[in-house]
Amino acid sequence: MSVNYIPSTFAVLRDTDRCIKCRACERQCSNEVHYYDADFDKMFVHEEQCVDCQRCVTICPTKALAIIENPNSFRKASNYSQQLILENYRQASTGAVLLSSMGNPQDFPVYWDKMLINASQVTNPSIDPLREPMETKVFLGKKHTHINRNPDGTIDMTEQSPQLEIKYPIMFSAMSYGSISYNAHESLARAATELGTFYNTGEGGLHQDFYQYKTNTIVQVASGRFGVSKDYLDAGAAIEIKMGQGAKPGIGGHLPGKKVSDDVSKTRMIPKGTDAISPAPHHDIYSIEDLRQLIFSLKEATDYKKPVIVKIAAVHNVAAIASGIARSGADILVIDGFRGGTGAAPTRIRDNVGIPIELALASVDQRLRDEQIRNEISIVAAGSIRSSSDAVKAFALGADAVYIATPALLAIGCHLCRSCHGAKCNWGIATQRPDLVKRLNPDVAYKRLVNLVHAWDHEIKEMMGGMGINSLEALKGNRLMLRGIGLTDKELQILGIMHAGE
Amino acid sequence: MITIDAKNKYYKELNREIKDAPDNAVTVENVCGQRYIGTNSPGKDITVIGTPGNGLGAYLNSVNLVIHGNAQDATGDTMDSGEIIIHGCVGDACGYGMRDGKIYVKDDAGYRAGIHMKEYNEKIPNIIIGGKTGSFLGEYQAGGRIIVLGVGYEDKCPVGGFCGTGMHGGEIFIRTEKLPVNLPVQVEITTATPEDMDSIKAVVNEFCEKFDLKAADILSSHFYKLTPNSSNPYTELYVNQ
Ligand code: SF4
Ligand code: SF4
Repeated sequence: MSVNYIPSTFAVLRDTDRCIKCRACERQCSNEVHYYDADFDKMFVHEEQCVDCQRCVTICPTKALAIIENPNSFRKASNYSQQLILENYRQASTGAVLLSSMGNPQDFPVYWDKMLINASQVTNPSIDPLREPMETKVFLGKKHTHINRNPDGTIDMTEQSPQLEIKYPIMFSAMSYGSISYNAHESLARAATELGTFYNTGEGGLHQDFYQYKTNTIVQVASGRFGVSKDYLDAGAAIEIKMGQGAKPGIGGHLPGKKVSDDVSKTRMIPKGTDAISPAPHHDIYSIEDLRQLIFSLKEATDYKKPVIVKIAAVHNVAAIASGIARSGADILVIDGFRGGTGAAPTRIRDNVGIPIELALASVDQRLRDEQIRNEISIVAAGSIRSSSDAVKAFALGADAVYIATPALLAIGCHLCRSCHGAKCNWGIATQRPDLVKRLNPDVAYKRLVNLVHAWDHEIKEMMGGMGINSLEALKGNRLMLRGIGLTDKELQILGIMHAGE
Repeated sequence: MITIDAKNKYYKELNREIKDAPDNAVTVENVCGQRYIGTNSPGKDITVIGTPGNGLGAYLNSVNLVIHGNAQDATGDTMDSGEIIIHGCVGDACGYGMRDGKIYVKDDAGYRAGIHMKEYNEKIPNIIIGGKTGSFLGEYQAGGRIIVLGVGYEDKCPVGGFCGTGMHGGEIFIRTEKLPVNLPVQVEITTATPEDMDSIKAVVNEFCEKFDLKAADILSSHFYKLTPNSSNPYTELYVNQ
């Protein structure tokens, strides 16, 4: 027998006193970890296949299971983690690029956790959101510096740029049908509709069944142009050009042929079973001028009625790039930080390329203000907004709204096992396998999404109220409301905030 | 038929005029660089006299365009149906992500013609180029058909380098006896069989009729056919973490 070098990452603990051998775990685990041996009348495990998704633990009727980190470990070293050793083994046996999913799990600073929010005391009283009106509705789009009035005194709207009206400053960011399941998409679409916010098709086209939610749909156009047609562009309330993604800056999308099922093939408008390749560069875009050309082709195709969004990954030169985009005719800019999630990305890229959204957002907002073009474009912050307080900090750093994806998936059952790229998601989210997809009930899931956004919105209002602010407009870019904790002068300078105590 | 004078008109205004024209047959004269002609004008038959700008026929949907002049970059970007007939040359990235319909170019095409071209069921796009093309013809091609006739370039291969880089679907026909240079590994090249030639006969005949060429001469020449040798070129590339 040859040695495969690879011990399992997790250990499955089964309390045999509790286990009644109902074999529910065996049926539920798509990774085929649990199995029953009739000769021994006992449950066994292939625990090396376990991804710690917690499905079996949650399902087990007698609560007999627990998944723990395998206590067996390699000799400890701080420069070579067990993970790193295993990855090298894996590459040595396959010669392949490591693939992983969800957000960068490495130990980089999370600046959200190093910023604190202000509150009023004595002077400038705080506001109680339960008693007083608070405004968290947002209009995304270009804001003109001049308005013209009609003879009757009303504002001439024909001269204004199209706006995206969102009832809550939180939208669901791009996740394509293909990377996530039909039921997951349906849940997002229905929740966005009920909430009066938006979900985003990702680059995989729009399934026929979801055209009914079009008023709350943002359609994405990426380099591969999957599913982009007249009807598709018409269906979107806004059109997003994907230039980059925080989890994999400089890398494109690649949906392997095995995930291109019948239905996905119809939505992407490509034959079943073929790879769907969306390389990072748009081969017609090499400059801001070229980007402008694509933006205006989309505007021309949709009668100048829809805002055009440009999404970029947060990279070193993000401020200069954003300045170009603000002048390109785009209405909304999305900046996606390097901790943002993904359905699949090369591990080394996900873990090492890009910069944190907090720093990118602060420097972009400042740059656009310095150049007096901040009104030309709205900014949406994305790429690891984990809670309402992250969102509040993002607004104070200059974001007009935030995009969330991982929290949205958590709301519908994701357990962050970071194995989406395996396409066997036990929670019916990142998979196309019908038996797994049906585990996700959209009737329940969409309500959980609605709950999540309601809860966040209420928390945002409470934090705003505490600061004595009753409209999001007054919080935007209001960096006096933030203080840094444990940050260097340079970090404070980039974030444009003072240190706690100052 | 309606005639529109494009002189000194900004593209936005011109395209609105074309779209709103009371007749479907529209001739636009004095065109000089106006972008996106034909975009979002369903049902129109547009004749362009002059030089249209970039993004000609972007997202084209049930529009026929005839260009008496040269077209520029991003012609037929993500086009969905209809046809673009160009009596001249075309610039770069012609037919980017095109899904159906035809682009016929009498003379030469720039870089990256047919990039990301796709097909789905009965929707099979066709690009025919009468002369030669620049490098990266059919880059990332995922479906549809590109035919290069090389008329006037019989002594050399009429396509540039790296033809079919990233190709994973569709086919490219090249009328030549010379092998293209720098062919990537994922492309398979064969001499077109009589059956292959039958499959392109109808469109080549149509092309020749439009541009006064002798179809019989062209179809009896030697053609190479390029196809991808796998529709999943990257499956071996990744291992799960
Ligand atoms: S992969 Fe999930 S369901 Fe399977 S054993 Fe591990 S935790 Fe349980
Ligand atoms: S979506 Fe599914 S596979 Fe991906 S991290 Fe969440 S539970 Fe795991």
